[in-house]
Amino acid sequence: MLPKSLAILGILIAQHVASGQMLINGAGATFPYPIYSKWFDEYAKVDPSVRFNYQSIGSGGGQKQILAQTVDFGASDGPMSDENLAKASGQLLHLPTVAGAVVVTYNIPDAPKLKIDGPVLADIFLGKITKWNDPRLRALNAGVRLPDNDLIVVHRSDGSGTSYIFTDYLSVVSKEWETRAGRNTSVKWPAGLGAKGNEGVAGQVKQLPGTIGYVELAYAHQNKLAVADIKNASGNFITPSLDSVTEALATAQIPEDFRFSMVNAPGEKAYPIAGATWLLVYAQQKESAKGQKLVEFLNWSMNKGESMAASLDYAPLPAAVQARVLERIKTIKY
Amino acid sequence: MTGQTRASFSRPQLTLSRRPVGDPIFKWITLLMALSVFVLIILVGYELAYGSRLALRKFGLHFLTSSDWDPVNEQFGALPFIFGTLVSSAIALVIAVPLSVGTAVYLTEIAPPGIRQVLTLFIELLAAVPSVILGLWGIFVMVPWCREHLFPALRGSLGFLPLFKGPIYGVSMLAGGIIISIMILPIITSVSREILRSVPGLQREAAFALGATRWEVTRIAVLSYARKGLFGAVVLGLGRALGETMAVTMVIGNRPEIAASLFAPGYTLASVVANEFTEATTDIYLHSLFELGLVLLGVTVLVNALAQLLLKTFAGPGVKQS
Repeated sequence: MLPKSLAILGILIAQHVASGQMLINGAGATFPYPIYSKWFDEYAKVDPSVRFNYQSIGSGGGQKQILAQTVDFGASDGPMSDENLAKASGQLLHLPTVAGAVVVTYNIPDAPKLKIDGPVLADIFLGKITKWNDPRLRALNAGVRLPDNDLIVVHRSDGSGTSYIFTDYLSVVSKEWETRAGRNTSVKWPAGLGAKGNEGVAGQVKQLPGTIGYVELAYAHQNKLAVADIKNASGNFITPSLDSVTEALATAQIPEDFRFSMVNAPGEKAYPIAGATWLLVYAQQKESAKGQKLVEFLNWSMNKGESMAASLDYAPLPAAVQARVLERIKTIKY
Repeated sequence: MTGQTRASFSRPQLTLSRRPVGDPIFKWITLLMALSVFVLIILVGYELAYGSRLALRKFGLHFLTSSDWDPVNEQFGALPFIFGTLVSSAIALVIAVPLSVGTAVYLTEIAPPGIRQVLTLFIELLAAVPSVILGLWGIFVMVPWCREHLFPALRGSLGFLPLFKGPIYGVSMLAGGIIISIMILPIITSVSREILRSVPGLQREAAFALGATRWEVTRIAVLSYARKGLFGAVVLGLGRALGETMAVTMVIGNRPEIAASLFAPGYTLASVVANEFTEATTDIYLHSLFELGLVLLGVTVLVNALAQLLLKTFAGPGVKQS
């Protein structure tokens, strides 16, 4: 039995080597992991000669590994800082792939639909609004019966891109938030309880009456959580959805190097708490064969991959941005 | 063929050289093995210190006394995490030690063989439950139960103590301590059981012969005889408690603050490292997380040393007696 299986294993390995399958390694963000693994699966059918190996070790790890050149591409939920980018041994490109939204979820009796604006949300997370029937919450939600409960904030305890997008938004809409807490994958939270992961925050909010927290849109969709409408920069209350995130992407200011923040985008129907995720790729590839395969994949991801995003609850890039990214991919040398 | 002849030739030589060569080799090999543990700890300590050099240089001793943990402004201090680690482990010991030792006494002294086997099996099963499963159970079953029943009852009866005052969220230092106690229960129980089993039967027989009751036999002849070993079992459990990560972070509330109330959320050294390591992008942030690891190692070594010291002073005469 054993020699037989060993022989089969040997044949498999021999075939594998003979086929000359190329392995391209990547590492980084956890948030886009589901869509990336779908892309790699689908792409294996398009080009069987190349295999992708992606480790979702977190954005920090992704940035570190691509800087150290231990992987062929990195992935990050936040754009790299100037300080980190300066450590790169060559020009490092940011290529946005998809976007996601962060939604505000809560637990009050009967789960009425709530409307919240930026400053109120910031004051809740600053610990300044401590009751559900606070006058400012009541003013935003005329006709909704708000209980006389304590308001308990739940935030992520683990560093995450979700927290980055959320604190980025709060920093944009509240000066006080920007100075007291700021934007990062984890911050010094002025109030509340920390819970691990989307499931931790959602679990905590589900169980503890009077809580308010934030999770990824995809997670809220799949688990049918109560979700608040958020007032955007044009003054409209927007229900988070893939369309309203793509709208935000379409109206956000996107600079030449693609390191952009899309929170509080100006579009009429843009959902304000959203962010993109990026692949990090060197403009000059070291190995030409590998570089070529990587570029082929990147082109495919923009042309074909984007259409798979919505089925996994990610907002695809608008056509205009896709075109810009494709232009950038053309500049990669190998 | 040649191999065989060589073997038969060399055999007498082997018997001659067995004493002078074999024993020293054996001694050196085992010494090397024992040293590897020592070297491992030194290496881990060195790596942690090297990985945290920026933070060590920037914050110095202030790192141990500061309560600030602010990744945005790059100010880091370990005090609330040290506090959380020590308090949650202490709670765990207070709950787990009497339970474990009690269980071990029942298993060795009182239980009929059938029950003993079943119970032992269950204790070993408890040890096999992965910590993330315990954490999920903690979030969805234990914490709600604590919030609805246990904590209000504690506040009602012991609310005059500052330990049991303040708002109840469910997730809390106390919930963290309870989950750790469940996790260290199996190890303390099985080690205690082995130690109690090693108490010579003569001890018990002598005590019975003097007319002692079962409780007196257990207390005088068994527990007193075994207390050094039992203490060692507790220290083993404590070592695990200090380092518990996943399940703890899921129920402790993850707020770096020092509160008198056990109902308030807390945070532990191991949890914050696990939580923030993957997304730490700046150097000083990463180095500070490394330094938390170093502090955890330091706390563990220190607590163990203290335990050894305590053992010497408090179990000394008992050992001499035996």
